[in-house]
Amino acid sequence: MKKSNKIKLDKSTMVLKIISYVVITLWAIICILPFILIISASFSTESVISKEGFGLLPKGFTLTAYSWVFRYPKQILGSYVVTILMTVFGTLIGLFIIAMTGYALQRKDFPFRNGLSFFIYFTTLFSAGMAPTYIWVSRYLHLQGSYMAVFLQLLMTPWLIILMKNFAKSVPYEITESGKIDGAGDFRIFISLIFPMLKPALATVGLFLALGYWNEWYQSSLYLGSSVDYKPLQYYLYSIINQANALKNSVAGANVTITALPSNTLKMATAVVATGPIVFLYPFVQKYFISGITVGAVKG
Amino acid sequence: MKKKQSQEMKVAMTAGKTGRKKSFGKTLYNNRVLLLMCLPAVVFFIVFCYCPLPGVWIAFTNYNFRDGIFGSPFAGLDNFKFLIDSGQLWLLTRNTILYNLAFILLGNVFQIAIAVMLNEVRRKWFKKVSQTVMFLPYFISVVLIGAIAFNILNYDTGALNTLLRETGGDPIKIYSMAGVWPFVIFFCQMWQQTGYGSVVYFAAICGIDSSMIEAAEVDGATSWQRIRYIILPSLKGTFIILLLFALGGIMRGNFGLFWNLVGGANSQLFPTTDIIETFVYRTMTTQNNFATSSAVGLYQSVFGFALVMFSNWLVKRIDPDYALF
Repeated sequence: MKKSNKIKLDKSTMVLKIISYVVITLWAIICILPFILIISASFSTESVISKEGFGLLPKGFTLTAYSWVFRYPKQILGSYVVTILMTVFGTLIGLFIIAMTGYALQRKDFPFRNGLSFFIYFTTLFSAGMAPTYIWVSRYLHLQGSYMAVFLQLLMTPWLIILMKNFAKSVPYEITESGKIDGAGDFRIFISLIFPMLKPALATVGLFLALGYWNEWYQSSLYLGSSVDYKPLQYYLYSIINQANALKNSVAGANVTITALPSNTLKMATAVVATGPIVFLYPFVQKYFISGITVGAVKG
Repeated sequence: MKKKQSQEMKVAMTAGKTGRKKSFGKTLYNNRVLLLMCLPAVVFFIVFCYCPLPGVWIAFTNYNFRDGIFGSPFAGLDNFKFLIDSGQLWLLTRNTILYNLAFILLGNVFQIAIAVMLNEVRRKWFKKVSQTVMFLPYFISVVLIGAIAFNILNYDTGALNTLLRETGGDPIKIYSMAGVWPFVIFFCQMWQQTGYGSVVYFAAICGIDSSMIEAAEVDGATSWQRIRYIILPSLKGTFIILLLFALGGIMRGNFGLFWNLVGGANSQLFPTTDIIETFVYRTMTTQNNFATSSAVGLYQSVFGFALVMFSNWLVKRIDPDYALF
């Protein structure tokens, strides 16, 4: 650092530096602006929004929209509970299965590793497609209208198993061997020797899984529809945004005329409530996440 | 002497082979724990990925719910013929491929540019904060991205039109202008993915042997020269490999993003925004037309499979180490 200060920076280097700072700052602003827009809108007064439109700063300041979100708290809290339960259990169970499989599939002394790897990988090469899968899961597995349809299908992806396998490869084989010499079985070796060493990988894959569960709306739209009382959060947001009726339903039982409902700001307040936790969680796990994707990136 | 040795080896090898073959059951038994460890995942993929495969038969039938997959009347290639004759299949293929090409080529170039610039920045806090901020859009759901876009672009209350009105301009009806949407969708994709991609490339830059860069600095190379002759060439490998794999996935789209931006009802925009996945989802969920939906899905799978095979073959020729299989 000191050295580069001593060397007189030539003009082109200076220009490049300035461009870099400017472009990155601009792009970072573009990335953050929509969040400000949403938050501002959620605190705005409905009448001003429908007259003047959305802006960067709150138009008037009111908590009306939030009070509407929590007016009949059963709906939103139910969605929260469903989403949190799915995210926590899905991530834990999925992570355990993925780690186990990833470890086994990279063991050099496991003769079935290539066959099984291809068996799993093949599903990304050729798939039945949306409609046959839907018919299979809803008609033959009878999971239509069941949270299980969503929960199970998000448990793992071939890509995450391959990512875990690549991580596990970087753990020296000697550790497995030393366990063997001490007379430990394969599962024992995995649990007590390998699992603790996979921490960064577990953080990365776990984050991908948690993100998948938290942001889930697609499987819910196919398999849950309106047949469950409490929709997962993002699907709840999806239906509020896309159907005018969903708004009425979400405050069902209330004797309110739909015109009294602050629909624009209510949507935004719901968006803030539904997205908040994952955004707050993010800075804490970012470190692991970045180190994780850079290992798995090139040979994903 | 040599001959004898090789003969001995051959005998040993065949013995080993037949030995292995004979004791397949024993091999299974010896690896029972590792096999059991893989079992949950294998069951998962059998149940959710392999079992639906026979269902592609739907593409060749006039599927109706009462008769089921194999009871519905056989329709031969009628579903495909209809899709080709109506021009639908061509439109979907064109849109999907063009969008992906833009995402892959321009997207990667932009990500590399950001990564190179991040590397030029020396202030640590700036690097950290900007990376965090650029990564943020990757974490939010596509549902929210759709909502954000609507808030900015809609005619009545959109922030863009608010700005136009305030500055005395005329508001524009973006949700009925098909020509604008490729740009909107491309921008949203960049907004969502750039942080992620540039981190990958930035890591590749950090992995460059620093002695090379120091040597260049001592020799008086400018930043431009350093980028042009050291950094960019060393990213070439990563770039080409990522590019070729992306090529294999060129028939697949970022369904969630397209669906949440455009929706299933605004048919004015379909000529420029409809990709295979949105068509498959829409024909299935809003028209209950499982046969047509399956036909397009099967077309996508087969075409996509061929492309992956081709791109893997290409990767293998360039650098066998990176080939998938």
